[in-house]
Amino acid sequence: MRFGNGRFGFRALSAALGLSLALLAGGTQAQPKKEFNIAWTIYVGWMPWPYAADAGIVKKWADKYGITINVKQVNDYVESINQYTAGGFDGVTATNMDGLTIPAAGGIDTTILIIGDFSNGNDGIVSKTAKTPADLKGESINLVELSVSHYLLARALEAAGLSEKDVTIINTSDADIVAAFKSPDTSTVVTWNPLLAEVMAEPGSAALFDSMQIPGEIIDTLMVNTEVLKDNADFGKALAGIWYETMSVLTDPGEKGKTARAAMGVMSGTDLAGFETQLAATKLFATPQEAVAFTESEDLIKTMDLVRTFSFDHGLLGAGAADKDAVGIAFPGGQVLGSTDNVKLRFDASYMKLAAEGSL
Amino acid sequence: MRRAINVVPGSGTRILLALLPFLLIACLYVVVSAERRAANPGDKLLPPITEMATSMDRLATEPDRRSGHLTLWSDTTASLQRLFIGLGAAAAIGLVLGLTLGLLPVASAGLSPLVAVVSMIPPMAILPVLFIVFGLGELSKVVLIVIGIAPFLVRDLAMTVAAIPSEQIVKAQTLGASTWQLMLRVALPQAMPRLIEALRLSLGSAFLFLISAEAIAAESGLGYRIFLVRRYLAMDVILPYVAWITLIAYFLDWLLARLSRRAFPWAYVRETRR
Repeated sequence: MRFGNGRFGFRALSAALGLSLALLAGGTQAQPKKEFNIAWTIYVGWMPWPYAADAGIVKKWADKYGITINVKQVNDYVESINQYTAGGFDGVTATNMDGLTIPAAGGIDTTILIIGDFSNGNDGIVSKTAKTPADLKGESINLVELSVSHYLLARALEAAGLSEKDVTIINTSDADIVAAFKSPDTSTVVTWNPLLAEVMAEPGSAALFDSMQIPGEIIDTLMVNTEVLKDNADFGKALAGIWYETMSVLTDPGEKGKTARAAMGVMSGTDLAGFETQLAATKLFATPQEAVAFTESEDLIKTMDLVRTFSFDHGLLGAGAADKDAVGIAFPGGQVLGSTDNVKLRFDASYMKLAAEGSL
Repeated sequence: MRRAINVVPGSGTRILLALLPFLLIACLYVVVSAERRAANPGDKLLPPITEMATSMDRLATEPDRRSGHLTLWSDTTASLQRLFIGLGAAAAIGLVLGLTLGLLPVASAGLSPLVAVVSMIPPMAILPVLFIVFGLGELSKVVLIVIGIAPFLVRDLAMTVAAIPSEQIVKAQTLGASTWQLMLRVALPQAMPRLIEALRLSLGSAFLFLISAEAIAAESGLGYRIFLVRRYLAMDVILPYVAWITLIAYFLDWLLARLSRRAFPWAYVRETRR
C-alpha cells in the first residue's frame, strides 16, 4: 500500500489508518525470514543500490546467504522513511538526521548498517542577493523546513553569528524549489543536488555556504530495522557484501566503472557527466576500512550531538521528548549519547568490518 | 403492518442516532491506537487521544519558541484570511460573469466557450506557472483558490440565470424594464441564493486548493503545519488539525445555509421539512 503521491494530507491519513489496521492484523513479531525489502530514493549516494539490483550483484549475495532481497524505489524521500517506520520495509536509504527524527523518534529501533558517504558540497545555500551568510539577516529563505537543508542553514547562521530569528523561513517542497527560485520574489534557497545544480545555473545566483564547510555532518546511510537484523544476521552480511562489491565497480577507473557510473546517472535522471559532478561533491567511502574508521571516530559522536540538539530544538523528537537525551544513540564501542534505556538509533560498524576483513 | 419508511425517529432519538457512528469510529480508533502502543510505546502513527489533546493544548496556548505566536491561532488566522479572500473574489467573479453570461446572448456567445475550457484546466497542473507569474507569496495562494472555483461558480450561475422562465423576462420588458433593471431586479435576486448554494458546494474544493498551496510554499497556515510535521510523522498534530479543518468547513457551510435562509426566505418556501 502506498501513501499516495505525498501531496494530499487527507489521502495519506486515510491510507495511514488503513495501513495500521493491516499491520495490526498481521502482527509485528520478528521471526527468521527469507525475504527482505529495502527502499531507496534518487540521490547520488544511493544510486549504487538500484545499480546493484540491475547488475545482479544483489541476487548474487542474496543467493549466497539463501535469502531474497528486493530493492524498491519510492518516489518521495520522506514517504520512503515513513513507510519504513510503519513497517513496510526492512531497510531504507536515509540521512543520519532523518533516521534519528523519523524512525528512531517514532520508537522503531534502527541500526545504521552502512555509512556510504557524507555530503561534501551536495547541499548548499544559493542566493541572488546575499554574498555571505552574514548578509542573510532579514532575508526570506525558501527551503524544505526540518530537513537537512534547514540544518545546514542553522549551521551557516550559527557560524555567521546570526540565529533563525534573524531570517524568515518559507517552507517550500523540494519538487517546487527550482520553480520557486525563478520567481522574482524569491532571493535565497537552500537545497541539495541535483536541484542545487539547477538553481546554481540560474543567472546571477551565487553559493554562499555549502556542506563542504561542515564536513561529515550530513551523512548518507543505509539503515535497517534492528529487530529484523538481530534475527537475521545474514541479511546484514548480504547488504554489506552487495554494497562494497558495488563500490569497487563504481570507483573502478577503467571502462567498467565508467559504464556503471553512466548507468547510475541515467537512473537518477541525468547522464555520466552530471552524475560525476554530483559524485565530486560527495565524500564517498570507497572502502569498508574508511567507513569503519569514520563510524568509530569521536567526531561522529560530536556530529550526532549537534544533530540531536538541532532536532530537539525544532521539536523533531516528538512532543513527548523532555530534552535532547530522550532518544538514545549508540556508537561502536558501547558509547551512548542520551538515554541508555531508550536507545533507538545504533551505529553498527560490525558488518562493514566483516567486509573490511573480507570474511563475508 | 408498520412499514419501515414510516418509522420517523423523535428528536432525542435523532440526536442519538447521529452521534452513534461518531462514537463507533472513536471507539475503533481508541482500541487500535492502544494496541499499536502496546506493541511499540513510541508509535507515532495512531497516537492516543490524550496525547493529541496535550499537543493541541500546547499549540493553542503556548507561544512558539521561534515566532512567539500561538501556533494554532496564527495558523487558523492565516488560512482563513486566504480562504475568505479567495472565496470572496471567486464569488464576485462568479456573480458578475454569471449574470452577464446568463442574460446577454452576445456575452454568452463570446465568453461561454472560454469559461467552459478554462474550467477544465486542473489548477494544480499549472502551479509552477502560477508561481512564476504571481510569485510565491500570499497572492499565488489566493489565485489558486480563485482559479480553482471561480469557473464553476460562473458556469453554475450562468445556467441558473439562463433558466429563468422567458415569461418573466418578457413581462419585465413589457413593464418597461431596461437590461440593467432586468439584471438587478429580476436576475440578481434569483441568482443570489444559488450563488450561496454553489459556494457551499465549493467549500471542500476551496479548502483543498488552500491546503495544496500551503503545502508547496508557506510560513504559516493549517495546511503548512500539516505538511511540516508530516516530515516526522507527528500524527498527534496532524489528526487534530484535520478535525479542526473539518469543523471549520462544517461551520462555514452551516453559516452560509443560515445566511441564505435568513436573507432569501422566499427561495426556500417549498423546502420540505423532515
